[in-house]
Amino acid sequence: MLEIRWHSRAGQGAVTGAKGLADVVANTGKYVQAFAFYGSAKRGAAMTAYNRVDDQPILNHEKYMRPDYVLVIDPGLTYTADITANEKEDTKYIITTHLSKEELIKSQPKLEGKEVYVVDCMQISLDTIGRAIPNTPMLGALMKVSGMFDLDYFQEAMKKVLSKFPQKIIDANMAAIERAYNEVK
Amino acid sequence: MAKKYELNEVEVWDGNMAAAHALRQAQVDILAAYPITPSTPIVQNYSKFLADGYVDGEFIMVESEHSAMSGCVAASAAGVRAATATSSQGFALMVEVLYQASGMRLPIVLTVVNRALAAPLNVNGDHSDMYLGRDAGWINLCSYNPQEAYDLTLMAFKIGEDLNVRLPVMVHQDGFICSHTAQNVRPLQDEEAQEFVGEYKPVNSMLDVANPVTHGVQTEEDWHFEHKARQHHDLMNSVSVIKKVFAEFKDRTGREYDLVYTYKMDDADVAIFALGTTVESAQIAADQMREKGIKAGVVSLRVFRPFPFNEVAEALSNVKAIAAMDRSAPGGTFGALFNEISASLMAHGKKPVVLNYIYGLGGRDTTINMLKEVYEDLDKCAKAGEAVVPLQQFIGLRGPKLSFY
Repeated sequence: MLEIRWHSRAGQGAVTGAKGLADVVANTGKYVQAFAFYGSAKRGAAMTAYNRVDDQPILNHEKYMRPDYVLVIDPGLTYTADITANEKEDTKYIITTHLSKEELIKSQPKLEGKEVYVVDCMQISLDTIGRAIPNTPMLGALMKVSGMFDLDYFQEAMKKVLSKFPQKIIDANMAAIERAYNEVK
Repeated sequence: MAKKYELNEVEVWDGNMAAAHALRQAQVDILAAYPITPSTPIVQNYSKFLADGYVDGEFIMVESEHSAMSGCVAASAAGVRAATATSSQGFALMVEVLYQASGMRLPIVLTVVNRALAAPLNVNGDHSDMYLGRDAGWINLCSYNPQEAYDLTLMAFKIGEDLNVRLPVMVHQDGFICSHTAQNVRPLQDEEAQEFVGEYKPVNSMLDVANPVTHGVQTEEDWHFEHKARQHHDLMNSVSVIKKVFAEFKDRTGREYDLVYTYKMDDADVAIFALGTTVESAQIAADQMREKGIKAGVVSLRVFRPFPFNEVAEALSNVKAIAAMDRSAPGGTFGALFNEISASLMAHGKKPVVLNYIYGLGGRDTTINMLKEVYEDLDKCAKAGEAVVPLQQFIGLRGPKLSFY
C-alpha cells in the first residue's frame, strides 16, 4: 500500500489533486482512495488530503496514516502545520518553496536528515495557469520523485481527467506538470 | 429522452457521486430536496445531470427537509418515482414525514449520508440519524463503501416498488468516510441499469382521475391498528423480495449481497459486529489478530430493517464473544445493536459474551489499532468464558476511561 498525505490550504486544489491522481492510478487497474479532512474549513484554512493506492481493494477507512509521501503545496504550511506527523523512517517530502533545499532545511530544522525535494509550485502555477493553484504542478513533481508514471503517460492521463475544462486550461496544466517534473530537486 | 451518460468500466467516485449516478440511472421523476452536508453533492450532482439533459425528471428546490420529504410523498402518491437525499438535522426534520411515507405505502428512495446530530453541532459521520429513523417503517439498507452505495441505491427502487412491498427504502452510507472518499466503482451502463430497475409501476395514483382514490386518510381506533399491522406484515415479508433483488443483481454484476454480511466467521471465536465503513476496517484488524493466533471475524447487517433476527443468531452461533459496536450516543441504555443482537441470541438459546462499544461519535477516527484492542478484550472474555471487562465501554475517547454496567 502506497500512502500519500497532502498539506494544503482550502481552495488550493489538494482534494482535486488527490482525486485526479486517484483517477489516473485507477486507470492502470490499481485500487485507489482519495479523501480529505473537512470540518468547518474556510478558504485559506490549513487542511490535509490523502491518497491510498494498492493492488488489492482498499478496506482501510481509518483517517490515521503513516505516509510514504508528504506533499506540501502551500509554502507557509512547512512552518505552521505538523508536516512530519506520523512519519516513517523513509517518508519522502516534496515541498513547495522558492528556497533552495539547503535554505529550506535551515529555515525548518525538523526536516534535517529527511529525504526532501523542493519545487516552486506557486510560481509555476502563476506562470502557466495564471493563478496560484499549485496542485497539478505538485503531481508533476510527484511523478518525477516517485517514478510512478513517466511524464508522457501521466500528461495523457491527466488530459482525460481535465477533459471537461477548456483546451487553454488543459494546455496550461500540462505545461505546469512538465515544468514541475523538470524543476523538482 | 434523457441522454446516455458515458461511463468507464471503472470510475473513481465518492459515495455521493455513486448515489447521484444511481438516482440518475433510475430516472427519478421528481427529486425534491433541501441539501445538507455531507449529502449536498448527491443533490448537486443530480441537478447538474438534469440540467445537462441526462435525466427526464424534475428537480424541486424546497424550503426545508420537511418539505423535501413532503414533496416526495406528494409526487409518489400522484403516481411517479420520487427520491431525495439528506443527513443529520435534515433527517431529523424529515422524521414526521418519514412515517407518513411508510404509512401511505409510498416507495420513495431516501439516500442518507449518516452524520451526527446536534448539539454540539457537528458535520461529521456517525449513525445518530440512522438510529433516529429506524422505527419509521422504512426498509433500511446499509453500505460500507461507494460501490455499495451505488449498488444498493439502484436496488432500493426495485425492492420498494415491488408490488408485494410498496414501502419506502433508505440507503445509508457514512458521512465523509464514504460520501467524500473517492474509490474504484464499477457502474452498470445506463441501459443495463434502467433495465434492471425497470419502469415505475403506479399503484392507486392520485392523477389517475378515472379511478379516484384518497391518500393520507384519518383512521381512528376502528382501522388504524389494522393499517399498522398490515404495514409491519409487509415490511417483514419484504425479506423475500430483498433476497430476490439481491440474487438478480448478482446475476448481472457478480456482486453478492445478503441480509447479513460475514467475514471469516466459519471458525471465528470472537467477532466485531458493526455498521458502515467500520465493517471494512474491522476486516484488516481481524486479519492482523489471526496472525497472532486469535480467530477473529466480522459480522454486519446489510438490511437493518427488516432486522434479520434469525440470520444474525445463525451468523454468531459459534462465537464465544461479540463486540456490538454502536456509532450513536446510547441515550441512557445499551446501544441498539447490542440490544437487538442480544435478543436474537437469547431467542436462539445462545449465550456468548456480548459487549457494547460506543465509538466514532461526531466523526472521531476509528483506527485499526482501536479495533484490535476490541478484539483483545473479546479474546480475554472468550478465554474466561465470561465478561471480564465492563459490558459497555466508550472507545477513542479523551480523558479517563468511560464504562458502564
